[in-house]
Amino acid sequence: MISLAGRDILHAWGKFVFTGIGLGLLIGVTLVMAGVYRGMVDDGKALLDNSGADLWVVQKDTLGPYAESSSLNDDAYRAILAMPGVDKAANVTYLTMQVRKGDQDIRAMVVGIAPGQLGATPGWPPYLVAGRQITRSHYEAVADIAAGFKLEDRLTIRRNHYTVVGLTRRMVSSSGDPMIYIPLKDAQEAQFLKDNDAIWQSRHRTTANPAFNRPGAPGLLDAVIASQSANSFVNAVLVTLKPGHSADEVAQSIRRWKRLTVYTRAQMEAILVGKLIATSAKQIGMFLAILATVSAAIVAFIIYTLTMDKIREIAVLKLIGTRNQTIAAMIMQQALALGVIGFVVGKITATFTAPLFPKYVLLMPLDSVLGFFAVHMICVLASIVAIRVALKVDPAEAIGG
Amino acid sequence: MSGKGINIEGLRKRYGKGDTAVDALKNVDMRVAPGEVVGLIGPSGSGKSTLLKCLGAVIDPSAGRMTLGDEAIFDNGWKVRDLRALRRDKIGFVFQSPYLIPFLNVTDNVALLPMLAGIHNREARTKALELLTALDVHHRADAMPSQLSGGEQQRVAIARGLINHPPVILADEPTAPLDSERAMAVIRILNDMARKFATAIIVVTHDEKIIPTFKRIYHIRDGVTHEEAGEGRRYG
Repeated sequence: MISLAGRDILHAWGKFVFTGIGLGLLIGVTLVMAGVYRGMVDDGKALLDNSGADLWVVQKDTLGPYAESSSLNDDAYRAILAMPGVDKAANVTYLTMQVRKGDQDIRAMVVGIAPGQLGATPGWPPYLVAGRQITRSHYEAVADIAAGFKLEDRLTIRRNHYTVVGLTRRMVSSSGDPMIYIPLKDAQEAQFLKDNDAIWQSRHRTTANPAFNRPGAPGLLDAVIASQSANSFVNAVLVTLKPGHSADEVAQSIRRWKRLTVYTRAQMEAILVGKLIATSAKQIGMFLAILATVSAAIVAFIIYTLTMDKIREIAVLKLIGTRNQTIAAMIMQQALALGVIGFVVGKITATFTAPLFPKYVLLMPLDSVLGFFAVHMICVLASIVAIRVALKVDPAEAIGG
Repeated sequence: MSGKGINIEGLRKRYGKGDTAVDALKNVDMRVAPGEVVGLIGPSGSGKSTLLKCLGAVIDPSAGRMTLGDEAIFDNGWKVRDLRALRRDKIGFVFQSPYLIPFLNVTDNVALLPMLAGIHNREARTKALELLTALDVHHRADAMPSQLSGGEQQRVAIARGLINHPPVILADEPTAPLDSERAMAVIRILNDMARKFATAIIVVTHDEKIIPTFKRIYHIRDGVTHEEAGEGRRYG
């Protein structure tokens, strides 16, 4: 049997192609939106992967360190190291802030990593694309390439200057900000550092306090001032486990004996995906729903218009004995063809525009497959109105009178 | 007259019910033999279109009897279950405007009916080309309808009406848009084809030019038909 839909499309190919391109751009936006969501999830997972931890020990009853602020004494890791099943434990700090590069500000997540070496200390960047790891105790940094730094670049965090000694890739926070690794002590200082005036006022106030500034206790004032300007807190302790130990059992043990909150990898992933990016995911979901509805409305309108243009021909086809299924198939095939054109254009558009977005857009093959079927489901549903109209056409209209 | 062709006895069609009922066809009797072309003439509102729709199995007559060949297709109710197949296989249509499918070329416009009936595309196209050759329009076989003249379009429409060799063809004002010469050519073709394929053809027309060509004419007025002999002039 001849393909009526195919012949009609070939007859008016310009109309179909340009309509398909318009629809395709809309589908492209939809695919990119899905890619933005996937990118956010992937960023979150990359954050967890890159930490190299099996457990995250954080301040009791908090969702830290990524979803909420968390503060632990920096000696807590020693007690954790002694727990059964714990292989390594290391302090870490996370602070999202503006980092200065020359005259420009770059938003980044500054990570304070404990002294040690790669593979022996959780929290270190697991691989570099250029340069070396941090070897000095102060003023060296390893930056993600997305931050725009090159080796030997100078960056400023608070009032300290750092030299970029290594570059990483795909080391980003859950919100897509590039990571900059610096020594833990520097990060602790940066996290709690006050400006000079505030420090001066604090010292002045302490000095004026007779309880601290007693003639009979000459070292007391210096000790108090030193404790006020130092920071002995970290945001989390990253823990790796010895082989053969269950993450849940070790976590339960730390919770019980150290009265701290501990998250396993699965729990941390649930926090990131379920809480941290949940609102963004809903937002994107709403956009996807609206875009799908708009796409359906556009396809329905186009197919309806194309069908109304052929009412006389449909009446003639029905009069000369064409079955309803043949006419319905013609309309549905046209809707599906429009969907194919739209999807191909959309996929190409999404593929070429995704790298241009400032945040990571992850176009997954599965999403494309689902999108393909969703587009065709929308096209089928959208063609129903036109099919109903076509099937109601009276063949007597061809005779007139 | 043989029992083949189309026979219509006491056909009636009533629209509406009760006080608002209108009898569009009150008593229609027609007999058209195979190979015969008859004219159906009547003023506007006389029931021509209603009769054509009843004969074309597009609307249901209220009463009466219709026979196609030896088969009673209507006897106070349709006797065939699939009216769509009846229209496709037993009735050919030629309209005032050709109403060719604009996105099919000439061959496929004609071959569409046998394709719909399940005949293989190649075979259907071969049949269509034979018919287009008989109608002297085969040289436009690959053209699109928009590239044809009015006369060529009407010949293609006639070919489409004939392709399944139906026992009856209903032609609704087939010469209305044509000049005298082309109108006569269409009538000649219809007569030739009627003879060649033993088809009964009913031509509904107002066209004074072609009325004298019919040997028999049915006048319809107020839903009632009257038969009279035509002049049967030559058609060029």
